[in-house]
This record gives sequence, structure tokens and C-alpha cells, in this order.
Amino acid sequence: MYKRLISFIFMAFWAGLSPLCADKPVPWQMGFQEPVTPIMERIIGLHDILMITITSIGVIVFVLLGYAVYKFSAKRNPNPSKTSHNTLLEVVWTTIPVLILLGISFPTFKLIYYMDKVEDAELTVKVVGRQWYWHYSYPDQEFEFDSIMVPENEVSDPGLRLLEVDNPVVIPVNTTVRFLLTADDVIHSFAVPAFGIKQDTVPGRVAEIWTRVTKEGTYYGQCSELCGSEHAYMPIAVKVVSKEEYQKWLESAKQQFAMEDAAPSHHRTGNEIVLAQNNNARK
Amino acid sequence: MTAKSLTDSAQTHHSHPTGWRRWILSTNHKDIGTLYIIFAIVAAVVGGAFSMVMRAQLMTPGGGFMAEHHQLYNVLVTGHGIIMVFFVVMPGLIGGFGNWFVPLLIGAPDMAFPRLNNISFWLLPPSLILATLALVTGSGLGTGWTLYPPLSGLAGHPDASVDFAILSLHIAGISSILGAINFVVTIFNMRAPGMTLHKMPLFVWAMLVTAFLLILTLPVLAGGITMVLTDRNFQTTFFEPAGGGDPVLFQHLFWFFGHPEVYIMVLPAFGIISQVLSTFSRKPVFGYLGMVYAMVGIGFVGLIVWAHHMFTVGLNVEAQAYFTAATMIIAVPTGIKIFSWLATIWGGSLTFKTPMLFAIGFLVVFTLGGLTGVILANGGVDIVMHDTYYVVGHFHYTLSMGAMFGLYAGFYYWFSKISGYLYNETIGKLHFWTTFVGVNLLFFPMHFLGLAGMPRRYVDYPDAFAGWNFVSSIGGFVSGIAALIFLYLILEAFLKKRKAPKNPWGEGADTLEWTLESPPAFHSFEVPPKVK
Repeated sequence: MYKRLISFIFMAFWAGLSPLCADKPVPWQMGFQEPVTPIMERIIGLHDILMITITSIGVIVFVLLGYAVYKFSAKRNPNPSKTSHNTLLEVVWTTIPVLILLGISFPTFKLIYYMDKVEDAELTVKVVGRQWYWHYSYPDQEFEFDSIMVPENEVSDPGLRLLEVDNPVVIPVNTTVRFLLTADDVIHSFAVPAFGIKQDTVPGRVAEIWTRVTKEGTYYGQCSELCGSEHAYMPIAVKVVSKEEYQKWLESAKQQFAMEDAAPSHHRTGNEIVLAQNNNARK
Repeated sequence: MTAKSLTDSAQTHHSHPTGWRRWILSTNHKDIGTLYIIFAIVAAVVGGAFSMVMRAQLMTPGGGFMAEHHQLYNVLVTGHGIIMVFFVVMPGLIGGFGNWFVPLLIGAPDMAFPRLNNISFWLLPPSLILATLALVTGSGLGTGWTLYPPLSGLAGHPDASVDFAILSLHIAGISSILGAINFVVTIFNMRAPGMTLHKMPLFVWAMLVTAFLLILTLPVLAGGITMVLTDRNFQTTFFEPAGGGDPVLFQHLFWFFGHPEVYIMVLPAFGIISQVLSTFSRKPVFGYLGMVYAMVGIGFVGLIVWAHHMFTVGLNVEAQAYFTAATMIIAVPTGIKIFSWLATIWGGSLTFKTPMLFAIGFLVVFTLGGLTGVILANGGVDIVMHDTYYVVGHFHYTLSMGAMFGLYAGFYYWFSKISGYLYNETIGKLHFWTTFVGVNLLFFPMHFLGLAGMPRRYVDYPDAFAGWNFVSSIGGFVSGIAALIFLYLILEAFLKKRKAPKNPWGEGADTLEWTLESPPAFHSFEVPPKVK
């Protein structure tokens, strides 16, 4: 309860007066977007702890500084002291930060290990960054498609300028999804702030991240590694739907985006790609 | 022969060249220092102008005047970064104040290798010319100062811009390595009798650590960018997956240099701030030994934390844990420095001249930047912060404001010693307050933008980010006006020619440079001073 209260105060502090909105940034936003995955919830949890820590330290430093500037001005304190050492004090201000760092290192490591790979993904989506759009494929379903930004004059809502795409990638809610990510030309970065994921897509490498979204909706992100002149114009849109709706979408998508060269012998499922990758890593 | 006549005969041996020879052929540490400072100010005007154009572009969403020229924005970002790092902060702090004051502070007649010193400086103008060529060749250098391949490869930049940039960085790197060797040799061998290592002023210690960092890391950068150069021109495939290379390798090589580079920029500022705080508190630096070894510690740990710039490239989880832990450790020596600075002014008798204002301002902004650094150090939390405006806010608090406040503090502190004239205190204070308000208004809102998810290096952004970007741009223009006030202050001081005494700061200024005339004779300390 106590923890939740602290967390709430900090959320309120950082969110300012802006209403929380699920899927995209809002005007004058001062804090994170609303978390919709367990990863992002934990990131915000740790961020709250860190904010409490650094705010306290900052306040202490600034109060001491303000006091010193006021109290020890030449007018009020014409004769300076000549103190230049205090071993105890120096030991204290070395040890206390060490203890604080030790304290925050536990939740930090817990988060890092939690965010690592998952073994039991229910769905694999392959993401390829290209100059300057995203390409998605569903290796287990044999279809793939490009996702390109909707031009400024065609967006459905002015707030979605530079965010809306023609074909969002679709995933089911409450499902553990594994993304396999790479790039064809230069490095891009696949990021969805509300999910707490950001992964550089590097040519010649396949990276793996996971997510599990707990709330339906369309979530937006933007390419997060400088990739050339149109870097700002390759947004990411992820549509999270109910499992039934997802099945329906799969049927229509298979027809709409059927792989043109889906020769079965050349086609690998998501698990096979991961397996091959792991084998490569062991070599 | 008395000491006096020794000095006189030495003066006659070293002729005092005049006209262009004095500057082009200079082997005098003071003249070379002055050249570096002028060079840094000229480059800062260019780099600052770039940032003004960027803030104008980002003031409102919708593409602005770069709606048809997206690459131009990337070129400005790149140019701003390279110019500020390699041609403003490093020449200003290391070449400028380092050259001027390391010999004076240790009671040496000059740098150990005066001719090497000359070439160190004169490599910089050609390097800046090459960097400028890089920015205007073809579609321009739009890789960011990080030069990541494949964007910096032939696929991303087919014209010669990246090649020019690499040559520019090579030359700037050679200049810095030669300068660093000169500092190490000077500091180890040319201290006045009685000036033991543990009696050296903290600015000299800062320069010593900085010089070691330069010597250790610049060759790695040189190797990395040479590999990009051969990938581009000689069909090697170091960073080309098709030939078995790996783009991430470059990032390791770059950041092995790039992370220590941020300490290279800020350590000399640490040294200046220590001496300024001590002078204007009329108190010795608190915890001198702790301060020295905190800098050595920051330098050492700074060498082994580089991959915290790469938490999103797909490092394995153990590497993430290590680089997180190592990075957090830097908070300890940094904390020692902040607390020791507080203790230095504690109980002092403080006068708030312009250098002191910048030093106190430094404590404020560097504390803020350091604290957001603790958040960014976390490999998990950094995933949402990486490559957003939060990072831009963080590193401008530590560098744009930290290193720059150090530069300004040093400039006001030593201006009378260098020029022989007094600056106008009122204009100086106006400059400080305009700068302080401007930069905070400019960079603080960037944290909000970053948390909300705005990626960096974007020529245009979704409308939701408009509010804070507008505030930020206003802050940017206030900072721009502050820079103009600074230029006016220099002009005014040289026009009014108010003669400076040996020591304008009173008894708090107890280091060796204040025992000399303002400006000092062309050659000083030819007979080493005795240090108690």
C-alpha cells in the first residue's frame, strides 16, 4: 500500500496536469506513457525508486549549497575558516553513496534479467528495418507485409501525424510475443514506449525481444537509431486485439499479404529461426 | 651570476618574434594557448549557430523550413556535435587553458616540447577545414558524431563526406595525442623544486588524468575509423555483414574512445572549478587528496564502462549487468567531488565575482546531469530512455553546461592574466544569469520529452511534443543572446583597456600564476620558483 502511494505520488508528479493516455504521447506530457506490459510496469517501478533516490540527493545538495552561499558570503562571514580535511566526513560521503548504490543494484539486476529472452513465446513476429519503413513477417503463418507511414494530409487524427501507418503490425492481447529483429540496409531501432521495448535492428544480426500486452489498443513508437534522411518518418504502430479478432485478422491478412515466393522448402518457422540462431551462437 | 642576470641573458637568447612569425611559428606556450582559445571561440560561434538553426527548426512541428531538406538537419546535428567536442571544448579547455596554465601552475618555463606544441595547434585548422568539407560534400555528413556504419558506409553515404570526416578526426586525434604527450612529460619532469605531485594544483592533476585518457583511447578511435575508411575505399568488410563483419564492433571501438572522451572534456573543468571555488571562498580546497584520487578513479572507471551507450544493440544479459554496475560505480567518485566542493565553500568567505557564479552554477547543473546519469546507468530503465531527448538533456547538462561553465569560469578567472585587462564585472554577471536561465530553459524540458518518448535526431516530431519543444527553443534563443553578450564583453574589455594588477582576486588566489605580471612576460619562470 505504502509503495503504491509513493508510486502514485511520483506518477502524479511526473505526469503533471496532463491526462494519461494509453497509446501515444499527449501535449505537455512530462512523464512516461501509460504502461501496458509487465516489462514497462517494472521499468516504471524501478524508475520511481531511482527518482526518489536522486531527488532526495539533489534536494540535500541544493539545500546545502543554498545555505552555504547565503551563510558564508563575505558580508556575513568575513573571516574564512582554514579547514581542509575531515577524514570522518570524507569516509561518510564515500560509504553512504556506495550503500545507496548497493541498495538500488538489486532491483536493477532483477529488471535486467527479467527483460531478457523468454522461452515460451506463443507467437513469433519477424521485424526488418529498412530505409525508411518497417517490414513485418509472421514466419508461422507464411505472410509478410510492409508498414509505411501515412502521409500528413491523410492521417485519421492530427495527433497521429508522423505516427500512423498503413498496415500496423497486429498481435493478440495477453499473449507472449517474441520479436526477431534485423535490418536490411543500415541500423534502425524498433521502439514502442508503452511496451518498454527498444531494440536496435542491426544488419547481419538477429536480435530477440519479447512482450506481453495486457490492454487492447493501437500503440505507437518511432525509429530510434539515426538511419538517414527520413529517420523521423518510419513510425511503428502495433495494434493489440482480442484473440478472436486476431484469428479473424490472420485469415484476411494471409490472403492480402500472401508470400509471393512462399516456397515451403525455403520457409522457416519462427522456432526454427530461433533454433538456428542459438546453434550459431554456440558455434 | 645572480638570478636576475640569468633571466636577462635568457631573454636575449630567445628572441621575441613579431608579426605573423610570432603566431605561425610560435613555440611559446602562452601564444599557443591564446591561439587555441581564439580557435575555440571561433568554432563555438559556428557550432552555436548550428544549434540556433536546429532550435529554430524544432520550435514548431510540421517540418518547418527543412520540410524538403531532411538530410540538412542530420548534417547540422553531426556538425554541431563534432565541432563542439573536437573544436570547442577540447581546444578551449585542454589546448587553451592547459597550455597557458599548466606550465605557470607548476613553475615551468614552458611546455616540454615547444615545437610539438606548435604542430599540435596548427593541425587543428586543417582538421576543421576537412570537417567543414565533410559537412558540405554531396548530401553532407549526416551520420551523427558517432559515425556508426553501415550509415557511414558506402550504402548510407556514397559521397566523400564520411572520408573527409574521418581524415578530419585523424588529424584532430594526432593533434590531441601530441598535446597529451606534451602535458604528461611537462607535468612529470618540469615541476619547480618543492612542487611534489601531491602539491600540484587540481587543474594540473585534471590535465594529467585527461592526457592519459587521450593517449589510451584516441588510438582506438583511430583504428575504428580507419577500418570504416578501408571498408569504404578498399573493399574490406570489418563492419559489413556480407563479408563476415559486424556493425556492432564499430560501436565498441567508438565508445571505448567516446565514453572516456566525455571525461576528457569535463575533467579539466573539474580542475578549474576546484581552483575557482577555493579562490573566491578564501579557503584551501577541501579534501585535496580525495579530489585527486576521485579524478584518477573517474578516469580509470571511465575507461571500462563504454557499452552503457549500447544497451539497445542486443548485448547479452551478463554484459548488460556488468556495464550497469560499473557505470553506477562512477557515481561514488563523482559524489566525492560534489561534496568536497560543497565543503570547500563551507565556512569560507565568499565573493560572487563572475568566475565564482559560473563555478556555483556548475555545481547546480553538474549535479542535475550527474543524477540523471544514475538513472541512465540502469540497463533496464535505459531501454526506454535510450536515443530519446532524455539522453540529450542529460549529456547537455554534464557537457554543454558542465564543461562550458568550466570554460567560462576559467575564462573569467584567468582573462586578466592572459590579456592584461580587466573585464567588466556587470556585463560578466549579466552574461552568467542570461546563460544560466537560457540553458536550463533549453535543456530541462528535454527530460519530459524523453520520458514521453520523443526520439533524438528528429527533424520533425508528432504534434504532442510541440509544447516543450517551443519552451526549449525559447531557452535556446536566450542562450544565443547570452553568447552575444559574452562576445561583447571581450570586445569591451579590449577597447577599454583597464590595466589588470598581478592578482585581482586577493589572498584567495594563492597559486603561482598570480605572482606574475598580467600579462606575464613572454618567458616566465626561467629560474624555477621555490615552492614551500
